[in-house]
Amino acid sequence: MESVVRSPESVEAEARPLLQVRGLKTTFSLRGSFLDRLRGHDAGVVRALDGVDFELRKGEVLGVVGESGSGKTTLGRTLLGLAPASAGSIELDGEEIAGLSESKMRPLRRRLQIVFQDPHASLNPAMTIGALVADPLRFHGLVNEAQALRSRAAAALERVGLAPAEQFLDKYPSDLSGGQKQRAVLARAIILDPDVLVADEPVSMLDMSVRAKILELMLALKDDLELTYLYITHDLATAKFFCDRIAIMYLGKIVEIGPAAEIYADPKHPYTEALLRAIPEPDPRRSVPRDLPRGEVPDAVMPPLGCSFHPRCLKAFEVCGWESRDLRTLLESRWTQMSEPEFEAERALIGDLDALDTPATECVLPAASGQTGDEVKGILDSLRAQEPDDPFWTGVETVQSEPRGIRVTFRKNLAPRDLEQGNARVRCHLYDDEALALAKSSPASR
Amino acid sequence: MNRRLDGMRRMLATVRQTKGVPKWMLYAGVGIVGLFVFLAIFAPIVAPYGFDQVTSGGVRFPKQAHPDSTHLFGTTVQSTDVLSRVIWGSRTAIEVVVLSLIFSLIIGVPLGLFSGYIGGKLDRVLVLIMDALFAFPYLLLAIVIAFLLSDKIGQGIVTAAIAITVVYVPQYFRVVRNHVISVREETYVDAARALGAPRRTIIRRYVFANVIQNVPVIATLNAADAILTLAALDFLGYGIQPTQAAEWGYDVSRAIDDAGAGIWWTGVWPGLAIVLLVTGFTLVGEGLNDVLNPIIRYRRIKRPEIPAEETS
Amino acid sequence: MSGAAILSLRGLRVWYGTEGDPVRAVDGVNLELHSGQTLGLVGESGCGKSTLGRSVVGLLPEAAAIAGEVSYEGRDLAGLSPKEMRALRGPDLGLIFQEPMTRLDPLVTIEHHFRETIRTHEPGIDRKEVRRRSLEALAGMGIPPTRFEQYPHEFSGGMRQRIMIALALVLNPKVLVADEPTTALDVIVEAQILGILADLRRNFDTALLLITHNLGIVAEACDRVAVMYAGKIVEEGDARDVFAKPAHPYTRELLRSTISLETTGLHYIPGAPPNLIDPPPACRFHPRCPSAMKVCADIHPVEVAPSPGRRVSCWLHGPEGQIPPGGTAPLERGEIALAEEA
Repeated sequence: MESVVRSPESVEAEARPLLQVRGLKTTFSLRGSFLDRLRGHDAGVVRALDGVDFELRKGEVLGVVGESGSGKTTLGRTLLGLAPASAGSIELDGEEIAGLSESKMRPLRRRLQIVFQDPHASLNPAMTIGALVADPLRFHGLVNEAQALRSRAAAALERVGLAPAEQFLDKYPSDLSGGQKQRAVLARAIILDPDVLVADEPVSMLDMSVRAKILELMLALKDDLELTYLYITHDLATAKFFCDRIAIMYLGKIVEIGPAAEIYADPKHPYTEALLRAIPEPDPRRSVPRDLPRGEVPDAVMPPLGCSFHPRCLKAFEVCGWESRDLRTLLESRWTQMSEPEFEAERALIGDLDALDTPATECVLPAASGQTGDEVKGILDSLRAQEPDDPFWTGVETVQSEPRGIRVTFRKNLAPRDLEQGNARVRCHLYDDEALALAKSSPASR
Repeated sequence: MNRRLDGMRRMLATVRQTKGVPKWMLYAGVGIVGLFVFLAIFAPIVAPYGFDQVTSGGVRFPKQAHPDSTHLFGTTVQSTDVLSRVIWGSRTAIEVVVLSLIFSLIIGVPLGLFSGYIGGKLDRVLVLIMDALFAFPYLLLAIVIAFLLSDKIGQGIVTAAIAITVVYVPQYFRVVRNHVISVREETYVDAARALGAPRRTIIRRYVFANVIQNVPVIATLNAADAILTLAALDFLGYGIQPTQAAEWGYDVSRAIDDAGAGIWWTGVWPGLAIVLLVTGFTLVGEGLNDVLNPIIRYRRIKRPEIPAEETS
Repeated sequence: MSGAAILSLRGLRVWYGTEGDPVRAVDGVNLELHSGQTLGLVGESGCGKSTLGRSVVGLLPEAAAIAGEVSYEGRDLAGLSPKEMRALRGPDLGLIFQEPMTRLDPLVTIEHHFRETIRTHEPGIDRKEVRRRSLEALAGMGIPPTRFEQYPHEFSGGMRQRIMIALALVLNPKVLVADEPTTALDVIVEAQILGILADLRRNFDTALLLITHNLGIVAEACDRVAVMYAGKIVEEGDARDVFAKPAHPYTRELLRSTISLETTGLHYIPGAPPNLIDPPPACRFHPRCPSAMKVCADIHPVEVAPSPGRRVSCWLHGPEGQIPPGGTAPLERGEIALAEEA
């Protein structure tokens, strides 16, 4: 997957980003069921990060926004070397850190810190707050003397608002409230004076009335200590307030990235648009939004062909990646709207739907035994008559009736490319002239 | 060091706060075990005679004498004083338990820690070995080990302790390893890695410190078991040489013939000592478990009384 | 809002036992729920909202004591035996939990779940009827009939939550308690499910008690809203009214501290919600309230109705006759330290 956007060499030299990520991939192999392992089968590979490119400039806050399964948490973990990068590069101040061994990575960790979502889980329950906060200094052999460690911890605690520090130094994490724990986590993160702080949902487990306090603290720390943030979240509202730039992730890819103001004012990618519309706002004039993407984030083991978002996209068209599984979804959604006897009657005409589960741009929908392709085609025709505007039909090239079922061929699809739109970069065919041209070029099978 | 003491203090504070049966169990257990430890340490002072002493002032003790004022618990067929043998026997029991506990902890806990944290091939091999040991009938295993060692280092306290250790190491290993595997996935371990903690620091300060909290409960429960295993070894004659130390299991085995003749005291007193010490350790173990285990603690909580609405 | 309430709570108190003094999770709550109405119950964690929801369906833990009245169609539920309560749960009182993953039995199919649920309450029902009704309930939630025979693990989180809702709805409960039903879900799925719940109140007569910490959800999906703080309901009214003109300072501050797309500055409530073992005297919000008066620290606020269909417990709204002389002077307090927070 070639990135279209490249910063010119000259610019790169004078304002080198603090963190430059190119083509980053992280895959996890699934362990599968007990039976699979017994047979020696590989249950598959999840591409948690599937070619991520972005840069983090000194002093900015980049928000990485996505739903569960988008890969946003894996991104944070991969940057920190907690998850192995399987391809691509991560440059910290020009130095490659992807794939470094733990011993080579260790000194670099002083520059790169992470704050996890659950403050309670990130603090060792068997240590006091004072010992916990100062521990990084010991890890790196910077301070070893007990009194000095204690005073450094006290200073860090006071810096994050846990003052007077004497009240907290000898407490255990379980004695602190959620907000206080997150403050202690921040104190521990800043004690090494890092350059970059990856904050993975730092406020999402906190109560509404506390979130603002922690965000305010993070902003103050950023200014005082010249920090750069990568703010990972599912919450577009806090991201809007907190971030300078936003990257929207979907199934392991950045689908849109750009200045926060621009993204919120004029979202380019249909997914971004949908996310923004879906946020419940405390505004009684609004009611529940209706025109939302259907379904849910698909399984990352076998992502949709073409653009991963196309099955849910309301603006998808000919070349977005229509395939066999979309046909199944369509049939199932038709049946969902039918009465039970109608469904039973229609289901009886069609054979095993699992035939559609292998992603393919040409597939055979089998007829039930004793039925012919014509009957199955009849169902498809009435489906089309019912909802002719469903984007699915743009992607269908031919439907042929065969003795044992129907053969459906889909339009040739394109993988979406990164495209520059104003100051933003978006990965969507709607902005790709080539894709639009290809969509128009060959006639649809109408 | 300060931190270790602090952990102890916190545990003691929890014990003090606990009310009802668990606290009573724990206190009773500590009392019983304490009594035996006291006897073990001060056996030379407390016991009227030596464990194999059969004469006093040149006069041989009577055989199988009924309990009386000179021999409170009577004497055995070899003329030894039963009370003295019971007291000296507690020394043997405590020594073997302490030794085997130390051996098991030294071997089982680190093996479990590394096996669990590092994983991979090392883990698989160790788990296989431990499972194999676990699959053996424990007594048979102890007998085999005692038998093998008796040629090398004789049939003493150390041999018995090692034989028992081999039986219990797999238990410590399993408990520690399984706990380590879950702790390893905790966010705070990840956080320590992200902060640049070296692996040994993570294992020591982040994993070990959280895993070790389970060990006192297993250790005390195993101690109870170890007393029984030791008694069984000696009963069968694979334990400590009768010339080296007094041992309750051996005494009980010798008392079998007496029982038919109505001589109850040679068997009852050592038997009672075994039962009492096992009960003591079990009470401590179960008591600790009840006090420290949050789920059990929670289950004990009673429904509060809601007073009638106060007028405001 | 016509006719008698289907569910009404009067002077409800639920206290939890601890190793020390009891926790007053719900401490004197009056609330009414009408058929076809969605009532949002909002508050921060630990305010007692989930406990309130559980007390309605009789699913309180062993160590909880309950006093006051939970009356469903005129019957006091507190006096029912566990068996009678079980019979009501399902066909009369439904419950949807926050985490759908843990509520479905992984070893049996969805079909089995439905059959069990329906047959528990309607023993003689035949298999075809079970299938028809289950598929109808599932279809309402957007689950295709082709997936009826699948196992829970074959569904995504959002689908499982829909299945849970369908399982609750298949018995047509008259009252449905939904405790944070979308908190574990992604925004788009959340919006989809809120849409379904909104349709529910339009198409059925179900009374829905929607418990959430998210004010946005209440604004979009509820007719009425009750705001809970430290075991008490501080304000209740029409959702639009309350959001447009919050009467209680806590509601106002909570709305201000919520970060939304419109947020341009950060705002928060100083201090932390109180410990419910020993809550503050008089008004429980007074230590954190920016508008606190002398009277607020001395006398329990009296519930007043500033406008029809609205009630609020705050001295700012009177009754003035009951405020002692000088009581309206601002309350003097020490600074609340930044670190004292939840």
